Amino acid sequence: MDAAFFRAWIAESAAVVESQRDHLTQLDAAIGDADHGINLARGFSAVTAALDQAATPTPGSVLRLAGSTLISKVGGASGPLYGMALRQAGKALGDAPDVDASALASALEAALAGVQKLGAAQEGEKTMVDALAPATSALAEALAEGASPADALSALSAAAEAGAQATISMQALKGRASYLGPRSVGHEDPGAASTALILRALRDVALRQAR
Amino acid sequence: MKKLINSPDTVVADALAGLAAAHPSLAVDVENKVITRSGGATAGKVGLVSGGGAGHEPLHGGFVGYGMLDAACPGEVFTSPVPDQMLAATIAVNGGAGVLHVVKNYTGDVLNFQLAAELAEDEGIEVAPVVVNDDVAVQDSLYTAGRRGTGATVFVEKIAGALAERAAPLGEVAATAREVNDRSRSFGIALTSCTVPAAGKPTFELGDGEIELGIGIHGEPGRTRAPLAPARDITAAALDAIEADMPLTGDLLVMVNGMGGTPLIELYLVYNEVSRYLAGKDARITRNLVGNYITSLEMQGFSVTVCRLTDSLTDLWDAPVQTPALRWGR
Repeated sequence: MDAAFFRAWIAESAAVVESQRDHLTQLDAAIGDADHGINLARGFSAVTAALDQAATPTPGSVLRLAGSTLISKVGGASGPLYGMALRQAGKALGDAPDVDASALASALEAALAGVQKLGAAQEGEKTMVDALAPATSALAEALAEGASPADALSALSAAAEAGAQATISMQALKGRASYLGPRSVGHEDPGAASTALILRALRDVALRQAR
Repeated sequence: MKKLINSPDTVVADALAGLAAAHPSLAVDVENKVITRSGGATAGKVGLVSGGGAGHEPLHGGFVGYGMLDAACPGEVFTSPVPDQMLAATIAVNGGAGVLHVVKNYTGDVLNFQLAAELAEDEGIEVAPVVVNDDVAVQDSLYTAGRRGTGATVFVEKIAGALAERAAPLGEVAATAREVNDRSRSFGIALTSCTVPAAGKPTFELGDGEIELGIGIHGEPGRTRAPLAPARDITAAALDAIEADMPLTGDLLVMVNGMGGTPLIELYLVYNEVSRYLAGKDARITRNLVGNYITSLEMQGFSVTVCRLTDSLTDLWDAPVQTPALRWGR
């Protein structure tokens, strides 16, 4: 996977976040302040513009620029958290012009570690971690079992979606939804939902390339 | 819902341009979303920076001026501002005596201010963050993001701002800011939700006969839903919640704050209920504010904030202030 692959992932993420913007806004209205869809759409639009203007010759540089742009443009909790995730992933990928699935797995682990260090969320607290953590594990396990990169990324995406669905029954212990206490139960977490969308975009780009 | 806007995407920029046009005392960088005093930084004075999502006006931009903030950083509506804004503000207000960051306790605000403070420290500027978490509606526990920063933010900005104006050192300004936060509690009630311009519809629905108790300032649902009741009972519910957490004794600073959509006639009516309620306690309201100070777009409702004053906090409250939203003594 080269820089073009990662730019395609970001472009696909931007497209899906834009098309799902109202859905994400609805999720965030139920247990938040109704700005998640708008914020991510704005952030990824800024990332797209930044990637158009800057040279990003390596996968690492693509993700680092994407992460810094999200931190600078999104605001809210999502900016720092998604921004840090992509920045840490980008740092883990270093300066290699091409990376394999195993390097990507390590990068996602670094992303998860960055998110958890900044936001202090564990699994089960109804946050983006509930999609990112199982997805990261699923990718690593699939690769360890000898799956092809495309199949491993399918496992990643499926785990992220299952994780996002699992947040429905959780009570929020972090973020704005936590103010609602038990009233947050019964609603999907918007951060977990958007994380699942972004990881599905990763799978889709990989599947397209594999054809 | 009808709004006085040109388009949802330009609300904040258009409003900032209006703020700039109306108040020559402010220097408003519309593009970078930083509001500072026209006169620039004051050498030797601790600079005060705050910020948060737009939609809470006059907080924070309306509180930039002598005796209060040196800079305010507005984010998108109900969205925390980005580190770049607070970094630029911190650099702009640095008078060589350090900078206080007044941070309302929301995950986004805390994270963005934290990233900004790290960047400012890299520039050699000493930053002291003070987190405001006065709202009693959320239980402060391991199981939540902690209590929200609401009305006490106004008190902190005024009192710490006054102390900074007296050239007090950063440590003392920060300690006093924390003292104000620790001595203040708030509770809010909504009759309606509000509509974020980009979302186009209310964040949640309240029926004609319903109110929401324990609301925040971002249009999100509160602690519980209850039936509409007379102002006396609603006000008592708010003050009961505060009293359960902090004794209502001694000299008190009380703010009855409109959430944006409630008329002044109702706010004064609520203030009457507050003063009747407190008349029955061992307390005297010695200072007050009634009006829109920390709003939530056009939400109908009010919040009440009570601060247990000391002589020195009273003196700082009384100190001159000259900002668009608060002005006395000058």
